[in-house]
Amino acid sequence: MQPINEIHSVMTPLDRQNVDTDQIISKEFLKRIERTGFGKYLFYHWRFRPDGSPDNDFVLNDPRYAGSDILVAQDNFGCGSSREHAPWAIQDYGFKAVIAPSFADIFYNNCVKNGLLPIRLPEEAVSELLEKGKREPYQLQISLEDQTVRGADGTVHSFEIDPYWKQMLLNGWDEISLTFQYEPHIEAYEKKTARA
Amino acid sequence: MPKTIIEKIWEQHVVYEEEGKPDLLYIDLHLLHEVTSPQAFEGLRLNGRSVRRPDLCFATMDHNVPTRNRNIITDPISRKQIKTLQENCEEFGVPLAGIDHPDQGIVHVIGPELGLTQPGKTIVCGDSHTSTHGAFGALAFGIGTSEVEHVLSTQTLWQSRPKTMEIRIDGELGFGVAAKDVILAIIAKFGIDVGTGHIVEYTGEAVRKLSMEERMTICNMSIEAGARAGLISPDETTVEYMKGRRHVPQGAAFEEAADRWRALASDPGAVYDTTLTIHADEISPFVTWGTNPSMGSGIAGTVPMLTDFDKEADREAVRKALAYMNLEEGVPLDSIEIQHVFIGSCTNARLADLRAASEIVKGRNVHPAVRAIVVPGSASVKRAAEEEGIDQIFLDAGFEWRETGCSMCLAMNEDAVPAGERCASTSNRNFEGRQGAGSMTHLVSPVMAAAAAVEGRLTDVRNYLKEPVPSA
Ligand code: SF4
Repeated sequence: MQPINEIHSVMTPLDRQNVDTDQIISKEFLKRIERTGFGKYLFYHWRFRPDGSPDNDFVLNDPRYAGSDILVAQDNFGCGSSREHAPWAIQDYGFKAVIAPSFADIFYNNCVKNGLLPIRLPEEAVSELLEKGKREPYQLQISLEDQTVRGADGTVHSFEIDPYWKQMLLNGWDEISLTFQYEPHIEAYEKKTARA
Repeated sequence: MPKTIIEKIWEQHVVYEEEGKPDLLYIDLHLLHEVTSPQAFEGLRLNGRSVRRPDLCFATMDHNVPTRNRNIITDPISRKQIKTLQENCEEFGVPLAGIDHPDQGIVHVIGPELGLTQPGKTIVCGDSHTSTHGAFGALAFGIGTSEVEHVLSTQTLWQSRPKTMEIRIDGELGFGVAAKDVILAIIAKFGIDVGTGHIVEYTGEAVRKLSMEERMTICNMSIEAGARAGLISPDETTVEYMKGRRHVPQGAAFEEAADRWRALASDPGAVYDTTLTIHADEISPFVTWGTNPSMGSGIAGTVPMLTDFDKEADREAVRKALAYMNLEEGVPLDSIEIQHVFIGSCTNARLADLRAASEIVKGRNVHPAVRAIVVPGSASVKRAAEEEGIDQIFLDAGFEWRETGCSMCLAMNEDAVPAGERCASTSNRNFEGRQGAGSMTHLVSPVMAAAAAVEGRLTDVRNYLKEPVPSA
């Protein structure tokens, strides 16, 4: 996993609530057995019309936001299926962080395990960002170390993140290697509960 | 101090705890399927790791499998995914109920059937509807593929202690009201993200009277309310269901286990972070009209008016949903014509569900404009239904009777609803395109689906029932 800390980029305003993982990555693209290559299918049915032509009304097709690292959306982002293909697709497309008032639990976990930074900000702050970002391309500067999101106009919002996840993300640690250090505890537990 | 079942199971599974860290939890049962596991096994291989406890894993193939022409998987990528699971299970020694195995079925249907699912266990699967197993008083939740790899390697997971939520269903369910209606009504009343960050326990008089099948339907859709998991304290109904199942201890060992299970039930006076209540009187046969499971109402209702919503964001969401669903505001729900009926999925494809639906179609015909299919939840459900002659009732009425799998619940195989057409479906998600690009889904109970098949439109099943609804 790549360590992350500072992200400086224009934001992509996805002004929708309850964006579910079926929309993020539709099931017809779940059949790959690799972790990569899902980016081109991100929000496929919103990006493309049934005839395959791009839908220019959809924000990801707006050239003003091309190359953006930060996706901003409304509450309950990532609800629905547990498919990790959703954060894989978001990341593979090029995003490094997602900002929303709330995330579905499994999606949130899946993000941090892949080094995609999920940021919860209060609903008013997100609405404000969406308004600014829709009006014109709007730059954000995220610092995971300081737990802040700084807007181009100087507004600063701070966010909460579990210290454990923060360390993992900042250092790009592999969780499984970490857990192996607890092997004696796992063995002891198995003995105690007669699971060995 | 009185404790909830959630706290009891949690405490019994903590391997390691430390201030400022999530708890390291031991996992008793790890279920796997072909879609969310390949990258996890690949991770093991890349790092030279093995599966720590293959004996605590169980795999099956369900998402991709054809429900017709079992052995002709036309899509080469589906075929590869299925083959990959087979090879991974062989290489790592994981037990597998493959495509032709008599135990094959939807992962959340076979776990309980085989007695792998037991009260008090921690159960995970790379699938959000793992919450189904909570019906037994197990702590069961969906995980992502990185976590699948973590459990395969270590048989543990780092988990932060979630908040607890009680959803109490008071009173007695009315005539014609199924378990599906209960959970749809809960989600409509409290919202699609009410359970975020919580594990939900369903309690109350109405819950105690439900069969295990009905409890599974309710726990299944906990994730549609945003909850990490949903469960129900074990009682005699639970113990009775467990008796004689293949992986359950027998004889004296069973009695011991049963006593342990009973002791798991939440103590009287246990405190939850949040308690919500709904009265059975508020619940009638339900249908969804929108593009998430909270957008629903009793069948006697109408598609809402935009003016019913106070917040602009909500109006916008409803506007988008109605545009997608091709529905006008204020339209009576029972006037909506459907072209497809799907009776299947881990929510509603157990024997009791098929039995109940067959009672409705018995001696009747599927409407000529409707294509209706039944996809049993497992090979064993299918066999049992065929022994009872349920397949014949469906076939006589004009339904298709298929092999088991997830099928039209997510349309990863060839079973899909064409664009612009509507389906009354017993599955759990009505998201845009869930049943096929451009398809429109109305979530309903099995008996409501059966009635819709006959009528050619959404309809109140109570008109088809003379006596109280058979349990479903
Ligand atoms: S039946 Fe549907 S919800 Fe259940 S496991 Fe299969 S795809 Fe998921």
